[in-house]
Amino acid sequence: MSVNVLNAGLLTTIQDIGRTGSQKFGVLVSGAMDSYSMRIANLLVGNDEREGVLEITLFGTKLQFEEDTLIAITGGDLQTTVDGIPVANWRPLIVRKGSILKFGFAIEGCRAYLAIAGGIDIPVVMESKSTYMVARIGGFKGRALQQNDQLSFGPLTESNDKVFTLIEREGTPDWAVPHHPLISLESTQTIRFIEGTEYKHFDDTSKQRLVREPYVVTPQSNRMGLRLEGQALSLTEKLEMLSEGVTFGTIQLPPNGKPIILMADRQTAGGYPKIGQVITADLGSLSQVKPNATLYFKLITHAEAERELIAKEELINQFKIGIQHNLRY
Amino acid sequence: MSEQKSLDIKVLGDSAIIIKLGEGIHPSIHQQVKNLSYLLDEYPFDGFIESVPAYNSLAVYYSPYLVHQSKNGFQIAGTPIEKVTDYINTLAIQISELPITKGRLVEIPVLYGGEFGPDLHIVAETHGMSIEEVIEIHSTPEYLVYMIGFAPGFPFLGGLDERIATPRKLTPRTSIPPGSVGIAGKQTGVYPLETPGGWQIIGRTPTDLFVPDMSPPSLLQSGDKIKFCPMTQEQYDEQKKVTTCQ
Repeated sequence: MSVNVLNAGLLTTIQDIGRTGSQKFGVLVSGAMDSYSMRIANLLVGNDEREGVLEITLFGTKLQFEEDTLIAITGGDLQTTVDGIPVANWRPLIVRKGSILKFGFAIEGCRAYLAIAGGIDIPVVMESKSTYMVARIGGFKGRALQQNDQLSFGPLTESNDKVFTLIEREGTPDWAVPHHPLISLESTQTIRFIEGTEYKHFDDTSKQRLVREPYVVTPQSNRMGLRLEGQALSLTEKLEMLSEGVTFGTIQLPPNGKPIILMADRQTAGGYPKIGQVITADLGSLSQVKPNATLYFKLITHAEAERELIAKEELINQFKIGIQHNLRY
Repeated sequence: MSEQKSLDIKVLGDSAIIIKLGEGIHPSIHQQVKNLSYLLDEYPFDGFIESVPAYNSLAVYYSPYLVHQSKNGFQIAGTPIEKVTDYINTLAIQISELPITKGRLVEIPVLYGGEFGPDLHIVAETHGMSIEEVIEIHSTPEYLVYMIGFAPGFPFLGGLDERIATPRKLTPRTSIPPGSVGIAGKQTGVYPLETPGGWQIIGRTPTDLFVPDMSPPSLLQSGDKIKFCPMTQEQYDEQKKVTTCQ
């Protein structure tokens, strides 16, 4: 069972929940940018929610399946078609042998996630299938997919089989997992953050600007970080900083005063002052903003951030129960 | 047991904290960082993901949801951050009671100068020294590995002799081959992977610093000491795979 890459698109990589446990060796975490969408895609085909999926960026990816294959697509709406016929996201479907799955252009969001029943059969490196492009490890040969690559799938588990059988018998369901409670795909977003480790070292004007002014996601943004354009932010006085840990969602300020939000492929440590930290519950939405999108920021407390995170995990648990019930696995 | 003194804990978002164990760059502060990292690996709390040592701080990553769900893993009830803070403060009482670990001494053979160390003469000229003197000064100390970062396996070292501290190149090179040994200001280090960079490159080691299939994948770890040993071209060619000095 395999799929052939007819067109790799702008950037298509294999990502899972991330490569944790090796940051002390300088190894990036990587993983899906929008892990909420990634997890739901896996659950919809009966995979473990942490399994590797394809992360498809903005447009252009075209795949041909060698066998009848159970898949699910979540995340941004890239106007996906199978043999030219539009298919719905956020639900399981079977793509027939020889059919061509094509991702058009993102009309909503930035990244789509394609889960394949059985997962993708690639070596697990440091406990993860995620592609770490700079170090050329993980994923498919350590790199983004290219034309004519052939990806094999893992063996179907009992739950994959059950979903496959059900969809084969009853067709693609008329329900879909609602994405709104998990992620926003709006082109302008309000992103919640909490105070960063150096928040108090920023001047009042900067603190006001961050919560009032719009910031635009520049085209230089990527999986490492979102580079923002907008009113510059500054410290009350220069800080002597030593490198220390950073994480997904860290809003850091290089000397030019233009914020950078660190994303999935961030380095393991950094030495720039950190004005804020995007809350985990909003990282999925943040990962779906396109270049030139406008962001607003809202400051909340650490306790609220924790409550939002827990609420979202409980929501995923409910979705999981609902999906397993509906798909009878 | 000594009286409990709270650690300096800063939140790094809702799923990580940074524990500051002192100011500046000192081996004694770094020893505390290492000890706390060791304790957390030995006695992880429910939801603990990993800890990452830096010069004078330790970042701790965890799942607040698993902390929230933990039934018996914590001595107090409360929010995830309250539970984690309490757990680590209690654990930290043992930091100063741990024996000082010496860390390993890893020898890294280096072919200095020539094609592999194109900037060695710049370092020598900057300080009015001979090339031999620079090599002698660079290969004498034992350097402490404070942290691994920037790139997989890339060591941040302390202990460069200020007599050979040299500013970065004005124009960074677009590509530096793996194994390159360089100087940037008061820092010295080895590039494990091919990457762009502005360091003054003074030599190259045949030793691999990062091998993804190895466990652990990085030759060096925070707390190790390293010593650079000069080698000849013939030794370099022969010892492409040797990981210690002969």
